This record gives sequence, structure tokens and C-alpha cells, in this order.
Amino acid sequence: MNVTLIFLAVIGAIIVWWLSGQRLTSKPWLETGSVQLPDHHGADRQQPPVPAVKIGLFVFLGVVGALFSLAVSAYFMRMASADWWATPVPRLLWVNTAALALSSVALQWAKREAEHGRMESLRPVLSAAFALAVFFLVGQVQAWRELTAAGYVLADNPANSFFYMLTGLHGLHILGGLAVLAHTTVRAFASDVQPDRLRLSIDLSAIYSHFMLAVWLLLFSLFAGWANDFVDLCRTLLT
Amino acid sequence: MVEIPSGSAGAIPSAEVEDVELYHPKSWWTKYVFSQDAKIIAVQYSVTAISIGLVALVLSWLMRLQLAFPGYFAFIDADHYYQFITMHGMIMVIYLLTALFLGGFGNYLIPLMVGARDMVFPYANMLSYWIYLLAVLILAAGFFAPGGPTGAGWTLYPPQAVLSGTPGGKDWGILLMLTSLIVFIIGFTMGGLNYVVTVLQGRARGMTLMRMPLTVWGIFTATVMALLAFPALFVACVMMLFDRLLGTSFFMPAIVEMGEQLQHGGGSPILFQHLFWFFGHPEVYIVALPAFGIVSDLISTHARKNIFGYRMMVWAIVIIGALSFIVWAHHMYVSGMNPAFGFFFATTTLIIAIPTAIKVYNWVLTLWRGDIHLTLPMLFALAFIVTFVNGGLTGLFLGNVVVDVPLSDTMFVVAHFHMVMGVAPILVIFGAIYHWYPKVTGRMLNETLGQIHFWTTFLGTYAIFFPMHYLGLLGVPRRYFEMGETAFVPPSAHTLNIFITVMALIVGAAQMVFLFNLVWSLFRGREAGGNPWRATTLEWQTPQTPPAHGNWGKELPVVYRWAYDYSVPGAAEDFIPQTVPASGGVTREVPA
Repeated sequence: MNVTLIFLAVIGAIIVWWLSGQRLTSKPWLETGSVQLPDHHGADRQQPPVPAVKIGLFVFLGVVGALFSLAVSAYFMRMASADWWATPVPRLLWVNTAALALSSVALQWAKREAEHGRMESLRPVLSAAFALAVFFLVGQVQAWRELTAAGYVLADNPANSFFYMLTGLHGLHILGGLAVLAHTTVRAFASDVQPDRLRLSIDLSAIYSHFMLAVWLLLFSLFAGWANDFVDLCRTLLT
Repeated sequence: MVEIPSGSAGAIPSAEVEDVELYHPKSWWTKYVFSQDAKIIAVQYSVTAISIGLVALVLSWLMRLQLAFPGYFAFIDADHYYQFITMHGMIMVIYLLTALFLGGFGNYLIPLMVGARDMVFPYANMLSYWIYLLAVLILAAGFFAPGGPTGAGWTLYPPQAVLSGTPGGKDWGILLMLTSLIVFIIGFTMGGLNYVVTVLQGRARGMTLMRMPLTVWGIFTATVMALLAFPALFVACVMMLFDRLLGTSFFMPAIVEMGEQLQHGGGSPILFQHLFWFFGHPEVYIVALPAFGIVSDLISTHARKNIFGYRMMVWAIVIIGALSFIVWAHHMYVSGMNPAFGFFFATTTLIIAIPTAIKVYNWVLTLWRGDIHLTLPMLFALAFIVTFVNGGLTGLFLGNVVVDVPLSDTMFVVAHFHMVMGVAPILVIFGAIYHWYPKVTGRMLNETLGQIHFWTTFLGTYAIFFPMHYLGLLGVPRRYFEMGETAFVPPSAHTLNIFITVMALIVGAAQMVFLFNLVWSLFRGREAGGNPWRATTLEWQTPQTPPAHGNWGKELPVVYRWAYDYSVPGAAEDFIPQTVPASGGVTREVPA
């Protein structure tokens, strides 16, 4: 459960940082009628406040992060048993990783185009981001097929089981993101587009995409075995 | 005396809170059935939760009948008994308590108490309820599936949960249970995002975090915890579904079933226990923290006195929430884990007693020299304190490894957790319903029926669970269908079992009085008016009662003071609502 505890520590640090700006030491019973807003709120007044959807997305990413850190915790705990042997990493995964990274880059680019209001260049970039993410998913399914064809089936070995389960969970999250991205892309091509809402949607898609890329890179390093060396190193340092 | 001139620390921020665009229902269906109004969703959540809770109540009757009169009721065999235990536990903990506190009270109270028009994502909020209803239906389908519901115990420990020796293990039972939990978690996440973001972003002008009522603090913290803890149950359920359906070995060790070697091997049942209890222990506080918050508000309002140590109460809620994530393995002392872990987890468990005790002292000190009105909400709040202290103290016993090991499999544990997270939160739920029913419906609940309900429930649950500690100390095992020939259990234990069962039947029947009261008062109850308890918090200051769609009429409320201005010296009335501005320089007595 170490991975989970580290994740929780990070979340806890974020919560403490946020709470520390909320005047938790104030004495509300003495402050009738007036209140000083916390400093960073005061700064926000100049800029428009953060939209609720964006806060909602960050909270949701916290939930998704908890989900994957727990799954990875389970991975490490199960790995300690004797019947574990690593699943080979199909070459295709490298291509998929590149596609997902490019999709993320494209979204970041789309975000910049949207901020400058360049609709003409925005549309192809957004479509490219969508296509690359679809390519990633198709590639993942193809990687599954290669592994199965090579005899690495789901129930054969715990490493295989985890590989399929984790890539499956990750794929489902990408699929959910794709549904939203598809909606945004279609909207970008509409004639009566509202630039403000489009900008926000692209911004949110970009954040989600970067997060899922980060999760994938961690999972990939896990499957490739690099994370194991790191864990071994930590273990030797601790003991 | 300290003089606090108003406006000295800067006025209420002038920037308008963004007024949300409300979805306005166009037909009867979108107004009352597929409603996006948090108040309707709250009622839907509550009715569904209470309905499935009644099923769990009947199951507890059936279990008690078997324990008191073994062999007398032919239709209760061992398999059925285990199915009753499992479904009773799962329904009560997740589908009743969690759903009612967060989905029911959370939906109703958060927008009203922080001064918002509605939840920030009303559509997701509506989906959350319908997905919850789907989860309940999948769960209830277990009763009609071939082989019946799962009988694995509410902890669903593998490997037994998915083997043929356990009812539903190789049939539909366990599949429906796991699916239902997964669906529930998806639905809850949608609701939970709403509760958190509404508290973060939807607060009215002047409503700083430290001016929020403790109810909102409790529900908010519990929701954050649930959002972080439920994924553990989600992962565990998905992995167990893989084991059961696809033949993987996440949790399944090499095992021989009915003389046949199964294809599983190498899996770790302990891994499941870690995941389950990483969810399971925070779950206790997911239920307890909203109860803590609500009870603070009930006591303050009905004792006409500000809550003692508001700041400490807020800190305690946050600290309890954080600590509850590092105590999970105290449910696993008997799992054979490393004894050093046991020492660590016993320590963290006992540390939780400190913030919890602070809260109990603060409740008692709020009552001290208060103008106590023994209204129904107050009676339930007082009953909660007594019950919670009792259940909490036995928790200190069980938190110690050496005491827990011999008691772990006895009725003592059953008595402990029913007192602390069964009866105590339920008493708060009742108190809260008596308190807020006038706001939801515009009518008061009947006082006489309420008194009957209160005294039967409070004394009755004590009569049920207090002697159960004694049974546990005698060594009467829990989870047993019948005791058979057991030399160390005296015959008097059997008499006590009959007594407990009779009391359980009576307490269950008293709940029918409560249900009758809910329906009867809806039509015949006394008109309540807008603020029958003369309370300060925002939900009692709405222009209409029950609050209309959008809650606040044209103008959003502005908050000028904290939620507990009761019996302020020099004020005309014994309460000052949060929306009342300070009139000039306010003098206030402050101890030096």
C-alpha cells in the first residue's frame, strides 16, 4: 500500500496547502458583519474566478489518481509472490505511447490556438488530437491481440492479469475522455461556435489528456520493469 | 467587553457571486421524476435509502429469530442465515447510511446552508441518483436470482466468497453484489463531485469556510474521504469479478474445491483485505462525520447556545478524516500479518480517540448551562452522545491487539460496531429528520408519535446491544448459525438471546410508527412556518417554505456572521440569523 500512501500524502499536502489559505485560525464569533477574504482570493478578484467545471475536473482527477494508485499498490503486493513472471512488452506499446504523447501535445497546441482565437488552425489540430487518441486505443487493442496470439493470456499469470486489467482501466478512461473530446471537436466545426465555452472545453480536455498520459507513462514503466528497479533501490535504502 | 466595530476588517466583498443559470423543468416528469433540483433529488435518495433499509431491518428480524429460537423456523436454514447477515450489513452500511447522509442530507442541506441556488452540476446530480437506484435494484435482484444473494459476509472475503460452499458463490449472488457496488461507486462519484465543488465554489457572499455550519463541514469532509476511499472498493470488486469470471488469480490461492483442484494459484486473500479495509475504515467515518456535524447543529440550536469550541470542532473533523486513512489494518489483527504492523495500527487507532473525545466534550460543554429544549431533535442528539460514547469506548478495547484477538470473533464486536456506527448515526438521522422535516414539507411531525418512537428506539436499542457485550465476553461467537453443544456458554446466554430478539422485534415495530408519522404529518401535521426552531442558519431564512426552485427568490443571501449566534447578550431575540448585518458597533462579551 506504499504507493497509495504516497499518493495520499500528496493529496493531503494539497489539502493542507489549500486549508492554510482559508483562515482556519480565525475566530468567526468575533467577526460579525465583516470578513477578510484570504489573500489568494483577493488576488483572484482581478482575474475571473476559476470555473466550477475546472475545479470539478481536478477533484475528479484526484479520484482517478486514487483508483490507479490503489491498483498499482495491488500490483506491487501481488508481485512479491513466487508465481510471478513479467509479461513481455510488445514493441507496439512504444508507438502507442508516442501517439498518446502527440495527442497531448496537439491538445496543448489547440489550447494555445483557442486562446488567440485562431479558429482556422484550431480545427485541424483538434481533429489530429482526437485521431491520435483513437489511434492509441486501437493500438492498445492490437497489442492485446499480439500478446494473446503469443500465448500470454489473461488468466495464465498474475502479471498478464494485471497488464490486461490496468491497460483496460486506462483505456476506459481514455474512452471517456474521447467522448468529451469528440463533442468538443464537433462543436469547433459548428458555425455558431461560442469561443468562451470552446476555450474552456479544450482547456479541460488538455488537462485530462496530460493526466492520462502521465498515468500511462507510469503504467508503462511498471510493465517495462523500470519501476521494479526503482522499488528495489528504495527497498535496499530502507533496510 | 471587547468592542468590535463593524467594517473594521474590511466589508463584505463587493464582487457578486456568479448567479448560476438554473435548468427550469418543462413538464411534470422533469419536475418531479427526472428532476435536476437538489431538493427533489435529496427526497428521492432518502426515500430509496429508507425503503431498502426496511428490507435490511426485516433481515435483522429473521436473523434474531433464528438466534433466539434455533430450529423453530424451518425456512431459515444456514445458507439463508448467511445471506441475511450479508445483505443486512451491506445494505445498512452503504445503501442506507452512506446514501442517506451524503445523497439525502448532502443534497438537501449543502446548497441551502451555503446559500447556493442549486448544486453546481445539476445534471450529473440527477444521474447520480438514477445510477444509485440502479445499484439498489441490482442488489435487490439478488433475492430473486437463482441461488439467492451472496452469503459471503459483508466483507466479501475471498476465497470463500467465490466458492461453491458459500451461498451465491458460484451462482448469481456474488456477481450481482460486486456489480451493484461498482455501479454504486460510479453514481456516488458523480454526486460526490457535486457536493465538494458546491462547497468550494457555490458559497454565498460572506460565507467563509469558518462561517459554515458544522453540518456542511461534516458532509464535505466525509465526501472528500469517500471520493478517495471508494476507489479501493472499486478496484477490489473489479479484481474479484476477474477472479470469479475470467479465472485470474489476483486473490485466489491454489485451492481444492469439492475434491477438485481449481486452476487458481498464488493469489493473496490478504491483498483483498487490505483493499477492502482501506475503503472499509474510512467508511466508518464517512458515516460518522456527517452525524458529528448534524448533531453539533442540533445541540446548538435546541440548547439556544453557540457551539462550544467551533474552531476545535472543525479541526477535529479534518484531523479525524485524515487519521482514518491510516488505521485500516486494525480490522486485520487476526489475519496473520506482521505483529509490528499491529503495533503501528493500534497506535494510530488510539490517537483517533483524541479528536473524537474533544468533540464529545464540546457537545457536553455546549449543553452546559444552555437553555435546553427537550424537543425531539434534541432528545435524539442526547441519545446519540450517550450511545456514541458507549460504542467509542469499546472501540478503545478492540483497538488494542491483545484485547482484540480473543474478542474478535465474538458478539462483543457486533455490539461495538452496532453501537458506534449503526445505532448512533441512525439516531442522528432520526433527529435530523425531525429537525428538517418542517423545512422539507412545511409541516411539523407529530410530537406524541415522535415521543413513542424516540423512547422505544433509544431504550430498545440499548436493550439489544448492551447485553450483547456480555454475550461476547462469555465467548458467544458471532457469524454462527446456531451454537449447538457448547460447554462454555451457560444456558442463561440463551435466555438473554431470546430477550434481545424480543427487543429487536419491538424496536423494529417502533419504526413503523415513525413511517406512519412521516406520511400522516405530510397531510395533517401542524403548519410549521419558515423557521419553527428559531434557528440561525441559512436554510431557515428562505423566502418560501418549502424552498422553491432556485431556493432564494431574486437575490442571493449575503452572510454577515457565523452560524451560531444564539443568546447573544444584548440582542432582542435569542438568535440572530446569518443574514442579519451588524448594526453599527456591536459589543460582545468576551472572556479576557
